[in-house]
Amino acid sequence: MTRVDRQPDVAAPDSASGTAGLSAADGLDLLGTMWRIRALEERVGQLKRADEVYGLVHLSIGGEGVAAAVCRQLLASDAVYSGHRAHGHALAQGAPSDRLMAELMGRDTGLCRGLGGSMHLVDLEHGFFGATGVVGGNLPLALGTALAAQLRGGTDVTVSFFGDGAVQTGAFHESINLATLWKLPLVFVCENNGMAEFTPRSAHTTVARVSDVVAPYGLERATVSGSDVGAVWDAFGAFKHAARGGEGPFLLECLTHRRRGHYEGDADSYREADEAEWERQDPIARLTERGIADGWLTPQTRDSLEAQARAEIDAATEFARRSPYPPPELPAQLTCAQDGAA
Amino acid sequence: MTQTTYVRAVCDALARAMQADERVIVLGEDVAEGGPYTATAGLAERFGRERVRNTPISEGTVAGVAVGAAQAGYRPIVEIMFIDFVTLALDQLANQAAKARFMSGGQLSVPLVMRTQGGAGQRGGAQHSQSLESWLAHIPGLKVVMPSTAIDAAGLMTSAIADPDPVVFVETKALYFLREEIDGEPPAVPIGVARTFREGSDLTIVATARMVSRALEAADRLAADGIEAEVIDPRTLVPLDVDTITASVSRTNHLIVVEEAVSSMGFGAEIAAIVQHAAFDDLDAPVERVGAPFTPVPVSPRLEDAYLPDADAVVQAARRVLSLPGAVR
Repeated sequence: MTRVDRQPDVAAPDSASGTAGLSAADGLDLLGTMWRIRALEERVGQLKRADEVYGLVHLSIGGEGVAAAVCRQLLASDAVYSGHRAHGHALAQGAPSDRLMAELMGRDTGLCRGLGGSMHLVDLEHGFFGATGVVGGNLPLALGTALAAQLRGGTDVTVSFFGDGAVQTGAFHESINLATLWKLPLVFVCENNGMAEFTPRSAHTTVARVSDVVAPYGLERATVSGSDVGAVWDAFGAFKHAARGGEGPFLLECLTHRRRGHYEGDADSYREADEAEWERQDPIARLTERGIADGWLTPQTRDSLEAQARAEIDAATEFARRSPYPPPELPAQLTCAQDGAA
Repeated sequence: MTQTTYVRAVCDALARAMQADERVIVLGEDVAEGGPYTATAGLAERFGRERVRNTPISEGTVAGVAVGAAQAGYRPIVEIMFIDFVTLALDQLANQAAKARFMSGGQLSVPLVMRTQGGAGQRGGAQHSQSLESWLAHIPGLKVVMPSTAIDAAGLMTSAIADPDPVVFVETKALYFLREEIDGEPPAVPIGVARTFREGSDLTIVATARMVSRALEAADRLAADGIEAEVIDPRTLVPLDVDTITASVSRTNHLIVVEEAVSSMGFGAEIAAIVQHAAFDDLDAPVERVGAPFTPVPVSPRLEDAYLPDADAVVQAARRVLSLPGAVR
């Protein structure tokens, strides 16, 4: 049902290095993380159709590799911001799946006590400062945490995830300008799935590559295939390492395939299905193939990673279903601080 | 006693906060140069350009930087040079800063202060003279402070910087260089407490910012006719000191609300609604609003002067609510 409308010059470049930077342990960890995201997202789609998950829900199926390869290299002391398609980023950054699912189901046990929902996940304990429902809205905030890290000294970095649709906002251009001016320890990670909501990138801009958009600012940048997890791992790892040393900012553009419509319930009638393209781009299938070829993965291990992930999401769903809804007084209690303490 | 000005009092309060707490930083266009009104003069020299940071003309992103830095534990004070340009930062203010605590279930705090200044009277034209504070007061999660004197500006700034939530601090350009006597370091003024400038038993006048002095001038003129007006400055629009206002109306039985902003859909309407609900039986007349007409602020001197509410307008409103002879409708 899906076909990515790619212009020829944005075809995903295959990484020559493959998984060169990935150890067997890293590979297994990434594959397990991707399965957890896939299992979560597939279940969320089902629960949305069953009206158990509320609101506007945007799934990241096809983008699991970017979330895993970036967040699994970060620490809880780092700061991560994301946009409206954020479930995978939160999970990969360490958010527990049961509280994440409870949040999507509007429960008091959710990460945000049911007041955030799908587009506004926050898990401060793991450095996930949060998602936003306003495209481009969180880009400036990432400069703020990066500035705080720079003023404090130390090695904390900030990562800001956003889609290619955000690149056409004024906030993006202002943020790239100011982040480069102030040399902030910040990695901008653009998931370029070639679609801004219902329409292809070519309908929004004449600049195909996001890394070209920022060229005049002189920041170091790279474009990799987001379906090639090893390539994302290597490219992000290098930027992160430099940012921990106080350099920055950096921009990493990951070309991804959006498997689902813009949101769950979107008829996706504006694209033609392309199963062959999905088979080429599925980041889980590609890493699985690579792991078996490189000898760190067996079919049995692959099956068990998927089974573990699905069992975890089953349990998370049951946890959420058993959880109470937030009390009616909660909104008034959390609009402003109650005790005067920050 | 020493002499200060409103803008000097703001600047001194910023300096005291920066001296007391390293997490306090100042961001904005030309702030390290002191800004067009000298509100940050000398801070960069004293605290360095790391903490007093000039920014590009990117109000939206600079506001967002303050939100992120606040979430990371800093106490940013971001200056929007004219309140008219708050329009460019509204996404950050309304969608990010105001809702972060709520949407995160209480995990995030945004202890930032957005300093800005509004009001007309300097021939700035329709894009540099607006009074937009009521817009901001309509957003749950923001506090809105609007002092009318130097001592209150200083005391409220201290409280705003210490506040755990985002505070929009609306200064008034026409008040910046008025001289005022102060005695020592101004004490902190709690957010959400009104100040009664003049006591009276016949009429309550609630006025904000520059309109406080015009209300006091009107009260003096009314006193010459034997009418005693009570003049209250709420000082903060959100949270609002409803009790002080309604208690006064319960004694005076008459209310006028005076603001520089256009009256329509504004702060005065909100006060009128609150008071008619809380003290309906105490009111002897409909609440009167005095504000600007529903047009943009004109730049031409005679038009701008006519546009702004003055003491005459307040006196006329008092005559109407008190049903005195000669009241003009």
